[in-house]
Amino acid sequence: MFKKDISAGAKSKVKSSVQRAIRTKIVETYPLLAPHIDEIIPKKSQLDLLKLPDRVSLYALDNTPLFWQHMDDPIIPHLRVIHQFPQCFPRIGIDRGAIRFVLSGATLMAPGLTSAGGRLPDEGGQLKEGDIAVIEAEGKEEACLVGQLRMGTEDIKEKKKGVVMDTGHYLGDGLWKLNID
Amino acid sequence: MAETTQAEAAPTEPQARHVIYCGVCTLPPEYCEFGGTAKKCKEWLEKTHPDMHERLYSEEAITASLSTLSVDAQKRAEKDAKKKEAKAAAAESREKEAREQAMVYIKRVERNKRKYVTAVSGLEAHGMDLKKVAKEFGKKFATGSSVTKTASGGEEIVVQGDNSDDIFDWVVDVGGVPEDNVECIEDKKKKSAG
Ligand SMILES: [Zn+2]
Repeated sequence: MFKKDISAGAKSKVKSSVQRAIRTKIVETYPLLAPHIDEIIPKKSQLDLLKLPDRVSLYALDNTPLFWQHMDDPIIPHLRVIHQFPQCFPRIGIDRGAIRFVLSGATLMAPGLTSAGGRLPDEGGQLKEGDIAVIEAEGKEEACLVGQLRMGTEDIKEKKKGVVMDTGHYLGDGLWKLNID
Repeated sequence: MAETTQAEAAPTEPQARHVIYCGVCTLPPEYCEFGGTAKKCKEWLEKTHPDMHERLYSEEAITASLSTLSVDAQKRAEKDAKKKEAKAAAAESREKEAREQAMVYIKRVERNKRKYVTAVSGLEAHGMDLKKVAKEFGKKFATGSSVTKTASGGEEIVVQGDNSDDIFDWVVDVGGVPEDNVECIEDKKKKSAG
């Protein structure tokens, strides 16, 4: 999604009713984040909305990017938010060999998850196509990618090939490097 | 990372993990090895977070992470990292060279009799954000100041009034541009045709 360096367009203040709706949507999408939403977006804070290229909306608080949304797709946290609350998001893992591809913006393919170093949820924790998943990496503590799954985790296990994620936000991409002050 | 049981009530203490990010490449330091500035990153970490440096760059840590790669992949990764590093170094020296040579022009333009504007060009080559600088000039000199497109397709800052001297001082003192790289030009309207 942010393979190129980007600069933010017009910045506008989010109306308080809209801000409430955003908070609700975030908690709906990430229920485990509910106890922390006040810490991430305090009730009396003022969110800014920034327009990014390719019809992406970015929500920021005091010039810190927090969440972004492509058109009407699910709202997705910035990786720094994920690093703050990693246990609140569904996570899967890639093997070490796949890291450098992810960090160069390549499409995430199934073998990176199904190999010995990869990690997919067991029964009960399966993720569906279209779900948001945080991608962690073998041997690393912090997540390196977040985005929408193009394939459910059961499918990934079964087929062991194909595109898993192609429009995510990864460490070092344009959104990561974006400076909005 | 342990799964924490979900508390129903919101915690009163801030719960956000505090994560250290590399001062050179901005990634979590465990990912520095994949960027083009690995060497500099390592030096930075050693200086600022010696304990983390110890953990990430100890011999065990390196062997452990490499052992999960096949020998071929290891070689490829090594070559890749070297290439990236060389590229980054070359880009940096190119940038530095360009910066050393880049000129800033402060041009006083006579618009009407005794009415001047000051056009400043070349600041972007010294890493400055023209919009921000224009805003600052406007505030500093309490006058109109904006970024405008030039005929040659570039951009320059146009400040109302003759502020050449003050702008010169700002560019050198605040902007950090060497004096030799700043030139003041006077542009008389209706020059005699030459
Ligand atoms: Zn680094």
